[in-house]
Amino acid sequence: MKFTILDVALVTPEIGLIFWMTLTFLIVLFLLKKFAWTPIMQALKDREETIEGALSQAQKAKEEIANLKSQNEQLLKEARMERDKIISDANTASKQIIEKAQEEAKVQANKIVKDAKNSIEAEKKAALTEVKNLVAELSIDISEKILREKLSDDKSQEALVGKYLKDLNVN
Amino acid sequence: MMAIERFNKIFKGITIYGIVLVCLFGAFSNASAADTGEGFDPGEMIMHHINDSYEWEFWHGPYGTLHLPVIFYSADRGLEIFSSSRFFNDEGKAVEYNGYFYDHGKLKVLDEERNIYDFSITKNVFSMFISVALLLILFISIANKYKKNPNSAPKGIQSALEPFILFVRDDIAIPNIGEKKYKKFMPFLLTLFFFIWINNLLGLLPGAANVTGNISVTLALSAMILIIILFNANKHYWQHIFNMPGVPWWLKTVLPIIPIVEFIGIFTKPFSLMIRLFANITAGHIIILSLFSLIFLFESFAVGPLSVGFALFMNLLELLIALLQAFIFTLLSAMYIGGAVEEGHHHEEGHADVKKAHV
Repeated sequence: MKFTILDVALVTPEIGLIFWMTLTFLIVLFLLKKFAWTPIMQALKDREETIEGALSQAQKAKEEIANLKSQNEQLLKEARMERDKIISDANTASKQIIEKAQEEAKVQANKIVKDAKNSIEAEKKAALTEVKNLVAELSIDISEKILREKLSDDKSQEALVGKYLKDLNVN
Repeated sequence: MMAIERFNKIFKGITIYGIVLVCLFGAFSNASAADTGEGFDPGEMIMHHINDSYEWEFWHGPYGTLHLPVIFYSADRGLEIFSSSRFFNDEGKAVEYNGYFYDHGKLKVLDEERNIYDFSITKNVFSMFISVALLLILFISIANKYKKNPNSAPKGIQSALEPFILFVRDDIAIPNIGEKKYKKFMPFLLTLFFFIWINNLLGLLPGAANVTGNISVTLALSAMILIIILFNANKHYWQHIFNMPGVPWWLKTVLPIIPIVEFIGIFTKPFSLMIRLFANITAGHIIILSLFSLIFLFESFAVGPLSVGFALFMNLLELLIALLQAFIFTLLSAMYIGGAVEEGHHHEEGHADVKKAHV
């Protein structure tokens, strides 16, 4: 039994096979490049770009939604603040109005009281004056009547004149 | 979940393929051994299976052999084309024809002084034509699918092959050649990858030719890579070979060890590619054939199941190796091309790449 394990033919390159191999490979390379690799690589690139575009758009939409949400929240917050401000403003305004009204009322009341006092005083004065005048008139009347009574005779007249004269002389 | 299911399906498919393969292989080996009648020589049987031949023998006996055309060119006779069946008479015995004769599976000239160039369509060439036709049909059809349904998810065979195309692009070409320059080399790398892969796979079929396990084929492939490297190499690449920065001047002029080593390196890289693919594929075939030979050496049915079991395991391993060797060949080619077109800014990185490539 003989064993031919290593054969020189195994490691001897042959021109024919090299020729056919090179020719076939180059033709296949050319054909595949033209009809397969170029369109496939282009399609893969296009698809990757489309997917990437879609993803980035989705991301953008997400961001926009988040943006809108935060905007809405901001708006809501602002509205709430506005409302609070309006309410507090109204509160202070009402307080102020009440205070002002109270003050005014006080002033008015004081004024009324003062006016009343004044008018009372004036009335009093007027009444007093009138009373005085009346008293004076009455006393004049009375004294006239008394004088008339006393000076109804000549003697008494003379006595009076004499008295006045006497007073004058003294002076 | 989907990925696991798909993987299971693929795995099942591979297993069935492997079993069928082994059974058929067994049948063929059996046939070839039974007919010799004499003592069984496993070495000769194995060499017969891995070496190239002028006919494609599917089985012994009538109509079992496809006789391929023989094409010779010689200075005195010009181009000669005839069928290799001329070398066999009606009983199937080898005969001389037209001044040529068979010698250990090789056609030789009777007249020692004549010199011929053999351009025959041998078994390997014919098998390569078939695989190339398959490649063209496969990829042009899926290219049309891409054209027809742009921007949609891949379907069928398209979705099976797309990951490999993307793998070659994203994990082989871009990291090793660079984002800027990889596009130019993509068609070559893709063709290389799928050419080697499909030939590796077809080589595993029973009775098939051993295309990628043939030194001439790997020589032609690595020569193309060498030519691509030399034509695309930039100033930086040549500078690194003849005037390596950071090396003492006397190592470059008085004792030019570094330039010599680097210059040899230009050729050892494609040479290693040539040997690696050839040796891996041939070794796989030899192992499987040896395992089957055991049955005939021991002349016992008992060895059969054991032998088939081992061969089944080897065949499954070979399926992996078919892909792995295609990947390694393409990856290393991309690295060498990347090293040649690399810009001069990243000295450290460049060395790391080359070192990695030598491992």
